[in-house]
Amino acid sequence: MKIRLDNVVKEFETFRAVHGVSLDIGSGELVALLGPSGSGKTTILRMVAGLEYADAGAIYFGDENATDIPVRERGVGFVFQHYALFPHMTVGENIAFGMKVSKVKRSPQAIADRVKELLDLVQLSGLKDRFPAQISGGQRQRVALARALAVDPRVLLLDEPFGALDANVRRDLRRWLRKIHDELGITTLFVTHDQEEALDLADRVVILNKGKIVQEGTPEAVCRNPADAFVMNFLGDANKLDADIRGGKAYVDAVAFDAEGVADGSGQILFRPADVSWREHGHGIAARILRVIDRPDSRRVLAMTGSGQAVEFDTAPEFPHRKGEEGFIDIRRPRVYAAA
Amino acid sequence: MRRRVLPGLPLALGITLVYVAIIVVLPLAALVFKAASLGPADYWRIISSDRAFASYRVTVLCALAATVFNLVFGMALAWVLVRYRFPGRRLVDALVDLPFALPTAVAGIALTTLFATNGWFGAPLSLLGIKVAYTPLGIIVAMSFTSIPFIVRTVQPVLEELDPALEEAGQTLGASDLSIFVGVILPLLTPALLAGVSLSFARSLGEFGAIIFIAGNQPFSTEITALLAFIRLEEYDYPASAAIASVMLLTAFVMLAITNLMQARALRYTVRG
Repeated sequence: MKIRLDNVVKEFETFRAVHGVSLDIGSGELVALLGPSGSGKTTILRMVAGLEYADAGAIYFGDENATDIPVRERGVGFVFQHYALFPHMTVGENIAFGMKVSKVKRSPQAIADRVKELLDLVQLSGLKDRFPAQISGGQRQRVALARALAVDPRVLLLDEPFGALDANVRRDLRRWLRKIHDELGITTLFVTHDQEEALDLADRVVILNKGKIVQEGTPEAVCRNPADAFVMNFLGDANKLDADIRGGKAYVDAVAFDAEGVADGSGQILFRPADVSWREHGHGIAARILRVIDRPDSRRVLAMTGSGQAVEFDTAPEFPHRKGEEGFIDIRRPRVYAAA
Repeated sequence: MRRRVLPGLPLALGITLVYVAIIVVLPLAALVFKAASLGPADYWRIISSDRAFASYRVTVLCALAATVFNLVFGMALAWVLVRYRFPGRRLVDALVDLPFALPTAVAGIALTTLFATNGWFGAPLSLLGIKVAYTPLGIIVAMSFTSIPFIVRTVQPVLEELDPALEEAGQTLGASDLSIFVGVILPLLTPALLAGVSLSFARSLGEFGAIIFIAGNQPFSTEITALLAFIRLEEYDYPASAAIASVMLLTAFVMLAITNLMQARALRYTVRG
């Protein structure tokens, strides 16, 4: 099922607003809505689900205008951040709930068979008669997914599905979710503020800031070509140096960087800590080492440029230099943006 | 024994036990003792007299009716107070506690004035042929008035804690509002409702001050059990009074025990295993 958002607007008195978002999600695609809190990503998801109504714009499921279809008839599977399992029902009863209240009548046997099938799918076959309070967070979220899938939704929507879990469980679960998605081929939209999760899981990432889409594309496209300084910063650690931009060149401490197409005036150079080499001699921005921090697989170096701007970069664990030494930093893949 | 962060457990426990013994157990023991001073035959004669039986009937039936009324209306009141924001909400919220704060005799006199055939409510009702004051209906009104805070105040916090995502989950699964209410909300409120109902019912059984003004107190029709015990007391017939009171005590105790069991059953899903 294709989903199309056409200039969707939602105003709130406070934050969480959405200011005109248009988005196409292909059938069977797994798309991540990524953004900081208050960027409007959850509001967009809730509007697609029908839990929130758009003030303007339209939402299409395939060719059907779904904007005014009430949530219970929209045919979406929704997974909540804090599971929202019915605490007084067993795992099996939770999964069966949607089938029991459905207008399409099913025999108790058909429901029981479907529950069993879904429990196998989410690998919780032995837990049918447990209550939600008796299983772990990761298991609860898998039950929530099974419950959402039980009503054969046209699209699957997940609101920060792994937000409440610890790091190890999160990683396992998101690989597992990808597998389930590939098996079922259901169009899936999920919300996260964790860029690693979005890049790990999604076919396509939509990055939001202040209620607007700032960039959308494959994980590769957004990583290699961040549209602006916000995306660059949000996707990972980034260094930022102030620069003067003149005639297609950006100057930092008299070192020139290519800035083709960036308007003259003040600007910024952004780069990843891994894209820096330290040189004792030769070209680069002059800098002094302030501190060396050891990490399991690398060394993080804190340095200060000649003009007093802080830079952090990663080196091999064998990096021989110490606090106080002077040298030059050489930047690979710098990205130049005009000042906002 | 495991060391505790707060000192003084023996002291606190001691004071609590002494308090419970003196304030709660001792008077009840005296009651039972007094009732036991009657022979079994006399005891049975007193508690099974026609007049006593009529009083049990009117007390229990009226308390049941008042509790059912409070169950519906109290839950609606709690729902409105939790789910909606409207001008005067805090005032309504404060008014809920008024029956707790008001001396019950004051409540009884006020209700009698309102529901008497020439009162603000009583006059229009009597035109419709409904008589409230000096009938069992009046007893129900007085019982409802004094016990409604129990339901509201036990349901309200549970309702406040209820995750709105549960209702949204029900909606995304295609459930109607009725299915969500019956299948999700009501089962989660059941333990609180049971607690509220048992308190409300127990209070209604024992209510005295508010009822005697509005009930008319006619033996065999509007005389409640608590009043009968009081009448025997005024006649200096202490054993008879104690015997009737012991029946009320037993009823209240059995009822509380049953609701406790039901509550434990309704809450079994919270047990970790």
